[in-house]
Amino acid sequence: MKKSRRSFLKAAGVTALGIGAAPAIKAVASSGSVAAPVKTKKAEALNAKRWGMVIDTNKLTDEVAENIVHACKKAHNVPDFDHEPDAEKYPDTQPVNKTQEIKWIWEEHFEHAFPDKEDEFLAEKFRHLPFLVTCNHCKNAPCVQACPTQATFKREDGIVLMDFHRCIGCRFCMAACPFGSRSFNFRDPRPFIEEINPDFPTRSKGVVEKCNLCAERLAKGQQPACAEVSEGAITVGDLEDPASKVRELLAENYAIRRKQELGTEPSVYYIM
Amino acid sequence: MSKNAIMAGLVVFVAMALLPFWYNIGGSSAAPEPELSEKAKAAQKCVLDKYDMRANHMSLLDEWRDSVVRDADRLYESTNGKTFQMSLSTGEESCLGCHTDKEKFCDKCHTYASVDPYCWECHTTPKEINQ
Amino acid sequence: MLEIAIKGSKKYWIWLGLLLAVMTVAFVVYIDQFVNGLMITGMSRDVSWGFYIANFTYLVGVAAGGVMVVIPYYLHDYERFHRITILGEFLAVASLIMCLLFIVVDLGQPVRMLNVLLYPTPHSMLFWDMCVLNGYLFLNIVIGWKVLEAERNQVKPPAWTTPLIYLSIPFAIGIHTVTAYLYCGLPGRGFWLTAILAPRFLASAFAAGPSVLILLCYLIRKISKFDPGWEAIQTLSKIVCYALIANVFFFFCEVFVVFYSKIPGHMSHLQYLFAGLHGHNALVPWMWTSMILMFIGIALTVVPAFRSNKTLLPYTCAMIIIGTWIDKSLGMISGGFVPNPLHHVTEYAPTFKEMIISLGVFATGFFILTILFKLATTVKEEVRG
Repeated sequence: MKKSRRSFLKAAGVTALGIGAAPAIKAVASSGSVAAPVKTKKAEALNAKRWGMVIDTNKLTDEVAENIVHACKKAHNVPDFDHEPDAEKYPDTQPVNKTQEIKWIWEEHFEHAFPDKEDEFLAEKFRHLPFLVTCNHCKNAPCVQACPTQATFKREDGIVLMDFHRCIGCRFCMAACPFGSRSFNFRDPRPFIEEINPDFPTRSKGVVEKCNLCAERLAKGQQPACAEVSEGAITVGDLEDPASKVRELLAENYAIRRKQELGTEPSVYYIM
Repeated sequence: MSKNAIMAGLVVFVAMALLPFWYNIGGSSAAPEPELSEKAKAAQKCVLDKYDMRANHMSLLDEWRDSVVRDADRLYESTNGKTFQMSLSTGEESCLGCHTDKEKFCDKCHTYASVDPYCWECHTTPKEINQ
Repeated sequence: MLEIAIKGSKKYWIWLGLLLAVMTVAFVVYIDQFVNGLMITGMSRDVSWGFYIANFTYLVGVAAGGVMVVIPYYLHDYERFHRITILGEFLAVASLIMCLLFIVVDLGQPVRMLNVLLYPTPHSMLFWDMCVLNGYLFLNIVIGWKVLEAERNQVKPPAWTTPLIYLSIPFAIGIHTVTAYLYCGLPGRGFWLTAILAPRFLASAFAAGPSVLILLCYLIRKISKFDPGWEAIQTLSKIVCYALIANVFFFFCEVFVVFYSKIPGHMSHLQYLFAGLHGHNALVPWMWTSMILMFIGIALTVVPAFRSNKTLLPYTCAMIIIGTWIDKSLGMISGGFVPNPLHHVTEYAPTFKEMIISLGVFATGFFILTILFKLATTVKEEVRG
């Protein structure tokens, strides 16, 4: 009895191993028999070693800033909680909680954009200037380090990107970000999108989102939406290329970064 | 005493286990055929051949989304020589660019097979936007 | 052994039924959250973790606190803990299950939960937290069960349990250390960015865990024939005393560093918690209550006459549990998020629905705890009788 059970278990083990190995053997056997498909970037795609952004605060008026925020929202289907949902299309939409809003790029005053540089004798003009804040696409991004599924990751070209398909909504990245650049979809955003842009997906509830430096536009050879409407206030380019426009601007002007002392190496510069 | 209880329990268990069959009694119908749009018919070739596509389109889409989002590759040159934009719904060379009618192409089988892919929670169809 | 759980008094069944009712109600509310998203909670863009993660943190402490009976008994052969070691281990099991449930209800996309295993990411502390929490849970289930079974059969536990028991000790320290690392490794959050966080978490855990255990011992004495032993309870309350003093001491170390150095990014959080910031002061009364409760707790456990007062001790423990809960859950999580990185103040308060779901998780934990304690006490009664 004991012996037969043992031999049965052995046989069962070998069989299980065989079943497990079959797909692997099949995969090895089939590879090479057909030409593999090729995946490439588009020819017109814009490339960089490390994308960065320079914001010229002298050129940023309230009107321009507003246009930028609006263009970004439109390009990425960012919901606006002030938008009254269409009662026919989205019946029974529950009232919004404004503290749960989504922001990719938005206006702040100096003392909030740079809380560590708060100064009672700050030049008066800086107190009233709009400062646009967004994801800094840090070189050492704490959000990338925190994400337990690599849903937030750093692309080779320096863009810190979100894979909305993979995000489990743990919000560890939001705690990790020293710039408050991340938003969580506490609810389905669609009722609050004024006009859905077919060129970019919306998000589902339960995932985190943030600025993607218009990766989808760069892939098509276009400048990011914010830069396009900024009337020269925002320049996006390759920080590693000494001949690039961003490097030229940084060489000629005094520029600061947010919370530089934390060592996350933000890629967004502000010309003062 | 316990024999009866066991038998009764077994009957209940079997009845419960077969619930999907009871539920579908009389409601069975032939598998639907997805309807090809004129454009798709004219194109003749899809990314993979018909049967491969039928069986594996979900793995292909899974692979595509990783390539686009994570590797920044957007074009896919298939083994049949045609090039596609690796996108579900944006642009002429995307899936929906050719298979223009989601309801007749995607939903038909998905509904029949009771699968509810969450693609459409985020990805949009032109038709839906214009509604 | 599980058959013991289905033989109980009327009161036992009523209690389990009550817990099941709470679980059912909470489950219905959870469906609301599952369908509509975390919008039903009081969390916001600025305070992105709330009541769920707060309770998670606290319960990790209660689970780790179980090691305070394991170490004396297994490492120092402290015989008086013989009877309660199993209670400590089973308390850890129930607490850990609550921890895992709190994580699950906090997720925005719970159906994708297994992505953590599909894409293992060693540079994320959450990945390690998952490893140690599940590891410690597994160890405690195996150890608790095997040791109790051996006791029932009046034989020695199998030899292979010994290395597992030794392994469970670093795991207990590990779960709370890694849980502290979730917070204290984040560059932009001044309140958490301190090396004292993990020691402080452990200190408060070793006060809270044994306090919970003392209360449970009182309860067991009242409703079963099993007596955990007064000396064991007295030793536990000494452990509570020292751990609580350490917790408050660590807190004052933090207060000194923050206010003597006067670094604004670190001060603002403590100011918000204990004095209010820019007119926002929802947590101020809570934090002072916590401080007062912890000080009373110290006084009542330090003085032998108070500590050995059988009537007073459970009240002391209740005060310590509430005090450390406010300190570690309510204050620790909200405090880290207020003010936000841009120095805006958004306050947080849990919603009713959020609290019901949390209550459901607690009910589930108590359900498991009841059954496990029922097994333990019944076996002990059998063996003695």
